[in-house]
Amino acid sequence: MMFIILVFFLIILMVGAAIYAIVQKDLLYAVIATGVISLILSALFLLLQAPDVALTEAAIGVALTTIIFIITIRNTVRHEDDFKDRDDLKSAVK
Amino acid sequence: MKKLVVILLLAVTGYYLGDSFMDLGKNGPVVETGVKDFYLEKTVSELKVANTITSIIVNFRGFDTLGEVTVLFLAATALGGILYKKRHHVGERSVLFPSSPIVRAGSKLLFPAIVLLGVYVFVHGHLSPGGGFQGGTIVATGFLLMLLAYDNFSVSHNVLSFIESFAGIFFVLFGFAGMWMGGTFLENFLPVGTMNDLFSGGIIPIVYILVGFKVAAELTGLIYTVLNEKET
Amino acid sequence: MFEILRYGIYGGSISLILIGLYAALTKRSLIKIIIGLSIVNGGIHLLLITIGYVKNGTAPIFSPGFENAAERMVDPVPQALVLTAIVIGFAVTAVALSLIIRLYRHHHTLEIDEIKNLKW
Repeated sequence: MMFIILVFFLIILMVGAAIYAIVQKDLLYAVIATGVISLILSALFLLLQAPDVALTEAAIGVALTTIIFIITIRNTVRHEDDFKDRDDLKSAVK
Repeated sequence: MKKLVVILLLAVTGYYLGDSFMDLGKNGPVVETGVKDFYLEKTVSELKVANTITSIIVNFRGFDTLGEVTVLFLAATALGGILYKKRHHVGERSVLFPSSPIVRAGSKLLFPAIVLLGVYVFVHGHLSPGGGFQGGTIVATGFLLMLLAYDNFSVSHNVLSFIESFAGIFFVLFGFAGMWMGGTFLENFLPVGTMNDLFSGGIIPIVYILVGFKVAAELTGLIYTVLNEKET
Repeated sequence: MFEILRYGIYGGSISLILIGLYAALTKRSLIKIIIGLSIVNGGIHLLLITIGYVKNGTAPIFSPGFENAAERMVDPVPQALVLTAIVIGFAVTAVALSLIIRLYRHHHTLEIDEIKNLKW
């Protein structure tokens, strides 16, 4: 009984984080939401009796994917519609 | 207009996906008898390895692991080749402000523990959950912590490529040694011991240790290349 | 009881796939498209592991004392496939993001409509 409530709670949290990740316009928050999705996936893999896959997803999905996304955001734009370096497109910002 | 068409297409896709997957596994397991019985039985009787996933990845489907290691190697090389201009010199990574003393002291304490945990995970890959890929990634995470906390921490690229190439070459050489001993590529030719022992399972622990070294060196090099990218 | 669990996990993984596909098809910023593809990866891996689950099963590891428990173990074959898929998915995401950095240096924008319209 507790097992079913726990799994449902984790699934609802995961779908909520996915919707937040694609709606949010500030890209840093979206990347952190993707990391949260990977963390909850790792917990779900453990509850489905797959410990190797849980270890791999926790190490790769949470740590390495998030750091590579953050370095990309640092070298490019921060908001989704950001025209920092182009003068002819600055008037097109909504 | 475009969003409405996309939502309609996704709704149809979702309906058909749900229709085919919702009745799977209703009475008993999805596959009654199949390859899994063969793997589960041969792991205990013939190979004497406790972790079934390890024996599948290294022994029964070892050629796919060779392909995966090749794909990782190609990705790290391509990333180093695409971002080849505008690198910082060593000691000049552009950080906005240096890290606080708590981060610096803590990461100096945690770094040996994380590397030890990673090495433990990939050495005991055939006895408990773990293996080469998991352990290699944990070691790379330890190096990432030190690279983020200290401005002048550097790993020499030559040592990393040396370890990576050697581990890859020895993996292929073990495969050829199996063929030379009169069997197939990547066959188990060393004696299997008793189960749940550290030196059991033939060449499986040795191959997994090589894969662990290779993945750790590769991912550390990848993180180092990406972190040294200069902002325009 | 087990029915509700199965429907819940299948529904969660299929909705993750659909949400990721919507982001990859509709958004205009390149980083959002890559985030959407990463979410699709997660959904597919969850779907594959759920297919191999057996009711009241246990992990496929023969620890000392569990040597004859082969009938109660979950399916180990999808787990080996998903392990490879996770690593390769990460490698593809890393190469895609490095291409995005080079593209930004050349065009100074990340909208896909503007990149199509620019002259070389």
